Amino acid sequence: MRRINGRMMTAALLGAAVLFLFVITVAGHMYAEEALVTDFSRKDLSPGGAYIFGTDWLGRDMFIRTLTGLSMSIQIGILAACVSSVLALILGVLAATMGKTADALITWVIDLVMGIPHILLLILISYAFGKGFKGVVVGVALTHWTSLARVIRGEVLQLKEALYIRAAQKLGMSQLKIAWKHMLPHLFPQFLVGLILTFPHAILHEASITFLGFGLPPEQPAIGIILSESMKYLAMGRWWLALFPGLLLVFTVVLFDVAGESLRKLLDPGSTHK
Amino acid sequence: MTDKKIILDIRNFSVSFEQYDKGFSRTGLPVIRNLDVTIHEGEMVAVVGSSGSGKSLLAHEILGILPYNATMGGELLYDGEILTKERQKALRGNEIVLVPQSTAFLDPLMKIGPQIRKGKKDRASREKLNEIFQGYHLKEEVQNLYPFELSGGMNRRVLVSTALMGNPRLVIADEPTPGLHMDMVRRVMSHFRELADRGAGVLLITHDLEQALEVADRVVVFYAGTTVEDADVSDFGSEEMLRHPYSRALFRALPQNGFQFIKGTQPYVKELPEGCPFGPRCEQCIEACKGEIPYREVRGGRVRCICAK
Amino acid sequence: MKEYFVFIGKHTIRMLLLVFFVSAAAFTLVSVSPIDPLQANVGQAAMGSMSQEQIAKLQAYWGVGEPPLHRFFSWAGDFFRGDMGVSLLYRQPVSRVIGVKLVNSLWLMAIAWLLSGMIGFVLGILAGLKEGSFVDRLVKGYSLLIASTPAFWLALVLLMIFAVWLKVLPIGLSVPIGVETGAVTVMDRIRHAILPAATLSITGIANITLHTREKMIEIMESDYVLFARARGESTWSIVKNHALRNVALPAMTLQFASISEIFGGSVLVEQTFSYPGLGQAAVTAGLGSDVPLLLGITVISALFVFGGNLIANILYGVIDPRIRRGGART
Repeated sequence: MRRINGRMMTAALLGAAVLFLFVITVAGHMYAEEALVTDFSRKDLSPGGAYIFGTDWLGRDMFIRTLTGLSMSIQIGILAACVSSVLALILGVLAATMGKTADALITWVIDLVMGIPHILLLILISYAFGKGFKGVVVGVALTHWTSLARVIRGEVLQLKEALYIRAAQKLGMSQLKIAWKHMLPHLFPQFLVGLILTFPHAILHEASITFLGFGLPPEQPAIGIILSESMKYLAMGRWWLALFPGLLLVFTVVLFDVAGESLRKLLDPGSTHK
Repeated sequence: MTDKKIILDIRNFSVSFEQYDKGFSRTGLPVIRNLDVTIHEGEMVAVVGSSGSGKSLLAHEILGILPYNATMGGELLYDGEILTKERQKALRGNEIVLVPQSTAFLDPLMKIGPQIRKGKKDRASREKLNEIFQGYHLKEEVQNLYPFELSGGMNRRVLVSTALMGNPRLVIADEPTPGLHMDMVRRVMSHFRELADRGAGVLLITHDLEQALEVADRVVVFYAGTTVEDADVSDFGSEEMLRHPYSRALFRALPQNGFQFIKGTQPYVKELPEGCPFGPRCEQCIEACKGEIPYREVRGGRVRCICAK
Repeated sequence: MKEYFVFIGKHTIRMLLLVFFVSAAAFTLVSVSPIDPLQANVGQAAMGSMSQEQIAKLQAYWGVGEPPLHRFFSWAGDFFRGDMGVSLLYRQPVSRVIGVKLVNSLWLMAIAWLLSGMIGFVLGILAGLKEGSFVDRLVKGYSLLIASTPAFWLALVLLMIFAVWLKVLPIGLSVPIGVETGAVTVMDRIRHAILPAATLSITGIANITLHTREKMIEIMESDYVLFARARGESTWSIVKNHALRNVALPAMTLQFASISEIFGGSVLVEQTFSYPGLGQAAVTAGLGSDVPLLLGITVISALFVFGGNLIANILYGVIDPRIRRGGART
């Protein structure tokens, strides 16, 4: 048998990640109602048997609650990551192509965003939107575009120097057409990797900000809220309320991080030997 | 050829890298195959080939500093014995030394003096370095400079100085004169000639035949990862003396012979033809050239061409 | 030398400008919020019971009805003079609230900053020394896992293990509950700071390690290390002579850049451990619509973050001979 090499690994990881997303999202929708069902005859059960993640103080099934919570977080994460990546693409390209002033301005904004600790900026943005769903999505989207924008800016600057682009300019091709025909295809891999890698960070920050109490109302059981509620019951020894939801969250983040990283390595031309 | 002792003998050497092909399969990439070079004590041998022919790897393989994903084959003899990893480790930097292309090979954050002494501070190494610097007319203050502060003229002498800290018996100079003025080239080359005259074997790796002819004793012509001819410098006096059609092509491309270039380009390692790598560009190519081609002695030199007489 | 001072001057001005714009951005954000801090804090009922005069006074203080730009400059002007306003929740000057909380937090952050910096540096070098080795994979795996773990959940796990299960460390707060301030010993303070500091350090290590590792790999693949190896230098000699020297500069920049991350992490960690520091105050201020306090904390943390960057730049100039001796960099 052939040895498993990096490329197969990457393909498998990406496949697993997408499948995982799909399953969780579908499960989240299927169990949306059930996650809210309370039943005092089965409250505070430790994990095992019928309830593999145990139940909480209201007798809610923690497994189902975790699934719906995670699917909620994933949806917010995807939305925020997409907005963030597109923002990064637009600003990165603008910075590299629209002249010195635009470049300085955008670089300045990047420094500005990076100067405020992420969580603090999230709190501010969430506050600006009157706390709630919109605040979380906008907040996460607005805090995650900076590094990808830098990468894209650098990439475009390099492309601009490339011979074939210069040739196209000499031939009188319009800026827009050059950008569309020659630059975007080169930027796409970078963009894709950026998008995939932004997603786990978006989820992490979404969980953090909801954990702190900003954003979603308690009836919407996002992972952060489940974990924040579990805090009150920790001292009573109900460890399962915090352990499993957190583990699943970490698993999701790791999966996408590893998948994204391995794709990035694969697309890096210097790595063909590995 | 000289009767002096052979210091380095490379026989039928090959290097290949693991690399991804299209899709999910991995293949070995034979960057060097059929490489044969011998160097005697006090002799200066130039390996000449155009860029991309795998010349630098030759230097790295002798020193044992190839990256981990490289696989080697063939024989490497130093001073009559097989050059094992352990021997390479013990000898490099002392008996076998490398002189790099440029100061980019120096640590930008370490002062010249300590860097050449490899961080050693003892009296003996200090005195030795001072002596070497005097020999090259470098002031002692230069030792306190950082690489970025060296002037162009100092660069080469500093780089050559690094070689002399040990007791070199084999000096490998990898493309030591990139983009230099011919005047400067002569000066740098004279340093190497000097080392050879003191008894060390010198392996000069270069793409510039003209330079090689100026200082070397023998020229080994390298094409697409293969040594195609091993000739005395005097053989380059006329085209007929040369044995391989590629050597002759190089000869005709020299300025004094009219800058005549042949068509085509050196094949990429992945698209090597069967048999003779020069086949597709060769006018004398026959069917038998697609088979195994031995490296054989012809008129005192060696050649890898079945048509050579 | 003159160039070096120009270099420092430029960076200082840049930093001050950045802090100014951060305050402007933060002020804009809280201004566009639909939440009325007065309503939220003083409340409908209280407003009703207040005299017209009192309400007018409060509104005048808040600049109700004035153009936003005017409000910003009056706030910024006061801030610059050291008057950060009065916290709506604590009913104390913001500067005093921040002063107390900052001292509590600085403890935590300084320990975490030093620990994560040192451990991360060593781990990063060990891993990057030989890419793909067992040590490398172990260190990288650990760092990736920790980087993917939310700080607050790590805090919860540590709480479960050490406070609930093993019962060796207290559950939270910076001092024991019900003990008078005077009776709190240094030991108590340390015991209460262990878990938060450990959480912050563990999270901090991951990032520093990964970045140091990357730099280290880059260095080990550089031409000058190749040449050092060709000259027979041993791995140890290469590390000592070349790697440490070259990795120190980026590591230092990274270390100062990590201040932002430690600040962010402290918000989550302090909230989880109910540790009364600046981070928890930020959450309380955000949730309780305490705008003056929230703004104050934002500006102070931005000062720390940009200040860290500035120090890094200044040190860079001291350490890197290419800047110190007037090289190419600007």
